Amino acid sequence: MPAAGSHVAHHFPDLEVQSHAARLGMWLFLATEVLLFAGLFTAYALYRMLYPSAFLGASKLIETSMGALNTVVLITSSLTVALAFHYSRQSRNRLAALLLVVTIGLGFVFLGVKAVEYAHHFHEGHLPGRFYHYAGLQVPGAPMFFTVYFLMTGLHGIHVVIGMGVLTWLAVGAWRGAYGGDYTTPIEVGGMYWHLVDLIWIFLFPLLYLI
Amino acid sequence: MSPSPASIPPAPADAGAPLYLERNYLNARRGPWSWLTTLDHKRIGVMYLVLTSAALFLGGLFAMLLRIELLTPGPTIMSALSYNRTFTLHGVVMIFLFMIPAIPGIFGNFFLPLMIGARDVAFPRLNLLSVYLYLAGAAIALYGMVHGGADTGWTFYTPYSTTTVTMVWPILLGAFVLGMGSIVTGLNFIVTIHTLRAPGIGFMRMPLFVWALYATSIIQVLATPVLGITLLLVAVENVFGFGIFDPARGGDPVLFQHMFWFYSHPAVYIMILPAMGAITEVLSAFARKNTFGYKAVAFSSLGIAFVGFFTWGHHLFTSGQSTVDAGIFGVLSMFVGIFTAIKIFNWTATLYRGSIAVRTPFIYVIAFLFFLLFGGMTGIALATVALDVHWQDTYFVVAHFHFIMVGGTIAGFLAALTYWWPKMFGKRYSERWGIVGATLIFLGFNFTFIPQFLLGNEGMPRRYYSYPERFWPLNVASTAGASVLALGFLVVLASLLLSLKYGKPAGPNPWGSRGYEWKTLSPPPEGNFLTQPTYPRMPHDYDDLNPGRGGH
Repeated sequence: MPAAGSHVAHHFPDLEVQSHAARLGMWLFLATEVLLFAGLFTAYALYRMLYPSAFLGASKLIETSMGALNTVVLITSSLTVALAFHYSRQSRNRLAALLLVVTIGLGFVFLGVKAVEYAHHFHEGHLPGRFYHYAGLQVPGAPMFFTVYFLMTGLHGIHVVIGMGVLTWLAVGAWRGAYGGDYTTPIEVGGMYWHLVDLIWIFLFPLLYLI
Repeated sequence: MSPSPASIPPAPADAGAPLYLERNYLNARRGPWSWLTTLDHKRIGVMYLVLTSAALFLGGLFAMLLRIELLTPGPTIMSALSYNRTFTLHGVVMIFLFMIPAIPGIFGNFFLPLMIGARDVAFPRLNLLSVYLYLAGAAIALYGMVHGGADTGWTFYTPYSTTTVTMVWPILLGAFVLGMGSIVTGLNFIVTIHTLRAPGIGFMRMPLFVWALYATSIIQVLATPVLGITLLLVAVENVFGFGIFDPARGGDPVLFQHMFWFYSHPAVYIMILPAMGAITEVLSAFARKNTFGYKAVAFSSLGIAFVGFFTWGHHLFTSGQSTVDAGIFGVLSMFVGIFTAIKIFNWTATLYRGSIAVRTPFIYVIAFLFFLLFGGMTGIALATVALDVHWQDTYFVVAHFHFIMVGGTIAGFLAALTYWWPKMFGKRYSERWGIVGATLIFLGFNFTFIPQFLLGNEGMPRRYYSYPERFWPLNVASTAGASVLALGFLVVLASLLLSLKYGKPAGPNPWGSRGYEWKTLSPPPEGNFLTQPTYPRMPHDYDDLNPGRGGH
């Protein structure tokens, strides 16, 4: 385990203040992420109000079981990333790294399920706006559902990919023993980001698949 | 004009300090690479100064082209489409490349750590990233400008912006990247203020510029992401046609207006709050008096930031919003006037019986107070629904927001620049030319925009390249004023640049200011302080100069 002092940048008085700054910074960043998605949630609310029956019909075209599977996958990945932080604090770095790798693997499972769903939508013509050509549901508002669906899940998917990149970085660092003991802030803030990605999905799943 | 020597007493604490620190943050490391990879908040501030000044010059150039086109009622130098592109670029460059990043990017970066006794901002690498995001955003937007530009106006209203044939998507994407830079700056400042205040500087002893930056940063962090997603949606719609804002595909264009103004109205407080903070510092220093009502000035910044989030609907008075909504948004908008008035009264009370030194920065303070009062009062008028319907989309609106943005923000920017220039570069500029420049800007500004109030009230619409002949005389007056304004900017630019070579050494505290940032040398050493300063008194504390009548 490296000495805690070597991680303190010159402008911070001690590690505690520096970790506090990192956490505060991440909380603020998460607030910006929530507001980024808030724009899309607003659009969802408006168009759901304007086209209630079309949204109801269109949401039956997406497979609830796939969404449910992905929900379980992401919640499990939140558990593994939290455990990685837990073991990192005990300086069990290899175990922490393995748990991060499991988290990344669950991210791949999520993306794989999403890809199967997307392929199905492309095949059937469940597409946004002017690309929509599904003969089974031709009502005003159905293309808008898929506009909102693809924008929300697409932006979320980009966040999953970014999160997996961050976790890869952390896993390599943890394997090499860069963190541990007093100095686990990078895993903590990276985990916070992953939790947010999970949390946004927990809102997307019921809005798009269930109601 | 010239003050009595007694009004600028030397600050006793600086008696033994050298006039000019030979080895300072500017030359401690050498070569372009040392600048491109610097993590020093002071150098990042200087880079922002260079970049945003270039943007101001470019935006000013577009403004002069617009005024020349409007010199005659018919076509003068450009076609209607070129005019539309030019006013769009003027708006985009001025707002996203100058007004929003300028004061936080330059003076916030440079002085926030100095004012709270810190060695740097909390995240120096993120700070450098914000400069590169600025450069990347500017480059993407510039690519769009070169390849055809956009003709939508800086507001990008749908469905026009999603159907226009001009290159609107690079400009949207550029503004998105610039927004990320703005978020990074705001986030960095909030964390810095929370974690890096030196011992002795509690929240209620922070300089008031820091309070203004704190309020600004909250808006940057909470509002900018909404602009980000909105601009991305317009870009996606423009390129792919998903129909999210397109009424032909069941979309709602008014949703765009709500989402756009949810950011863009608070954004005007991103532009004006740092200027207000800088003005507070300068005003107190040149009145040689404690800032009257420290807490009121500090909390009114937070008040403006808070209320600013609930005023966006006043941009939609004529967009089919219900009368009740319009009335509520009108009243909420007027709350901004209350918080602004709190500041103006406190500034006036600070000046009252002060020992005023009329130097260049102080002229900008006086100009700022006039512009803010005039722009603010017309803002209250515009928040009144019935009056707004009459003035909607006329030059009255143009003149109003230019009084706040050009008058307010640029007067604040120039006050800050001329006040802190000696600290940043260790040199004094020519006071005579400084005053000439400030006076030209004040007069030119009024001659440019007061005619526009009259034009708007008579019904001249904005964003047209031609107009009926009855509007001719006032348009000539406006263009003449703009020329004087441009001359003023050139005088300021020349006098500041010449001071770098020919200016006298400034000394640590040429104005005799009690602000915390003057407790170090000019220019500051690389690590900000040779020894950590102590903070036994409030910032802006001049009580010993004013025996028997303290500031409060």
